[in-house]
Amino acid sequence: MTLVTEIAILVLAGFVGFAVISKIPNTLHTPLMSGTNAIHGIVVLGGLLLMHVAQGWLEHLLLFIAITFGTINIIGGFFVTDRMLEMFKRKPEPEPSGEPSRDGAGAPESDGKGGGS
Amino acid sequence: MSLATVFLQKQNFIDACYIVAFALFIYGMSGLTGPRTAVRGNLIAATGMAIAVVATLLQPHVWDGSATPWLIVLGLLLGTAIGIPAARRVHMTAMPQMVALFNGVGGGAVAIIAWIEYRHHFSPGFYPLKSEIPTLFAAIIGSISFWGSNIAFGKLQAIIPSRPIKLPGQAIINGGLFVIAVASAIVLAAGTHSQGLFIVGILLAAAALGNMVVLPIGGADMPVVISLLNAFTGLSAAATGIALNNTAMIVAGMIVGASGTILTNLMAKAMNRSVPAIVAGGFGGEVAAPTGGEDTDRGPVTSTTPEDVAIQLSYARQVVVAPGYGMAVAQAQYAVRDLEQALEQRGVRVLFAIHPVAGRMPGHMNVLLAESQVPYDLLKEMDEVNPEFARTDVTLVIGANDVTNPAAKNEPGSPIYGMPILEVDKSQSVIVLKRSMASGFAGIDNPLFYEPQTSMLFGDAKSSVSEITAAVQDL
Repeated sequence: MTLVTEIAILVLAGFVGFAVISKIPNTLHTPLMSGTNAIHGIVVLGGLLLMHVAQGWLEHLLLFIAITFGTINIIGGFFVTDRMLEMFKRKPEPEPSGEPSRDGAGAPESDGKGGGS
Repeated sequence: MSLATVFLQKQNFIDACYIVAFALFIYGMSGLTGPRTAVRGNLIAATGMAIAVVATLLQPHVWDGSATPWLIVLGLLLGTAIGIPAARRVHMTAMPQMVALFNGVGGGAVAIIAWIEYRHHFSPGFYPLKSEIPTLFAAIIGSISFWGSNIAFGKLQAIIPSRPIKLPGQAIINGGLFVIAVASAIVLAAGTHSQGLFIVGILLAAAALGNMVVLPIGGADMPVVISLLNAFTGLSAAATGIALNNTAMIVAGMIVGASGTILTNLMAKAMNRSVPAIVAGGFGGEVAAPTGGEDTDRGPVTSTTPEDVAIQLSYARQVVVAPGYGMAVAQAQYAVRDLEQALEQRGVRVLFAIHPVAGRMPGHMNVLLAESQVPYDLLKEMDEVNPEFARTDVTLVIGANDVTNPAAKNEPGSPIYGMPILEVDKSQSVIVLKRSMASGFAGIDNPLFYEPQTSMLFGDAKSSVSEITAAVQDL
């Protein structure tokens, strides 16, 4: 790939990133941070791609560390984001307190699949 | 080899996988726009990541070399073995540290990869500038990000004092280190010197810079620092992607860079300070001077008891809770939820006022209150809640100081003058839960405490709130 193509991808990705991320509400900024954190764990690919060119124990060790770090970044990041988001997924006012029957129906969808909309 | 295997190992197929992967990243992130779709969005992004990793490993040449397969598999397993328990066990109150740490390991991986990339592909005249410049950029930024995040982690975990730690001539030292790193990079890129130690020098200068930049920054500025370092790691990952001709890395890194940049700007705006000013550091601790002179006679402080607070709250129509880092430190989020429920049962309307920089990372308070199952439609952002204060009978300030400090509006001499605040002083009465009269992390006296409508409830936030709740229930 030429440099120009790659810079074009970079610039476009920047605009897409800005467009998508600026729509995310303040409430979800912490999960957003940890989610994007997980995504930059993509650098693990660099470690995987370079391991076969490594020479000597030092380079092997360093790349091993890089792969481990990258994996921690990915796995930890996505897991912790999932944990956080599960807490947010609960329907507002699932508790029977407050006004218990706002519309009589109760809160059956609180723990359902988060799909839709 | 079967036909299918041959197909799976074709470069075009691998590249297609990368495109699918980054499309899933973007799609997944767009799911984060609402709490209901967010879990799925995160899973989609994780799927994209799995596709990118598997596609990379499908290439047979990746496995060349006798030690390679072992080291790759071991690295992936070890990373998983460390990452899962860390993510499972961490308390929600410790989330800023965790994010800093994950960010740090990402930055560290970038720096190492840039280093190895450089050692291997460099020979004067052969290694194209097209790969060389991004590699050097990744080395510098990755190293800054690694060390900076580690310091941020240390501060948040209270291993290192969270107040600013400054050297004399800090700005000059930082500038010097930056010049050294960049100048070495230019010398290397110009190709007159042979590799080896130069790249190590760059990494070390950047490492020192990462330490020196974050050490002087006070705890209250952490939301900005964490977002900024997040953006750094993302951009360095994108640079590595250019060096390695990997589209998935370019797009993923750039999205993270964009998100980090947006958050950094939001946080800085919420403090009415510029990002360079925050990075230059020195906020907090030693700037207490302006308040010392004129306003020492602020008048008496009224203190109150949990029982009195309970009575006030129970007969209010609307109560606003303004939480801050103190709520996180005291782990009071469950106690606060109980109080909210007890008040709702008595027909009191309870709202939560969330300042954008309350806590130690963007959205920190939202996560804690979501953990304790406070319905998220009760959480109001600053602009939304400020008009409410005039209609509010009692405002309960829990471990928040600077974000409620009216000096930001009224005292041009104050270091936080101009910062948008929660206008709690407009409500009929204010109750401040605080451990003692010590000033906040910014080291600035808070005139709110001396206002006639303010009363102070001293003690640990968690036990104070529990006592109030018990008293409300007894009424």
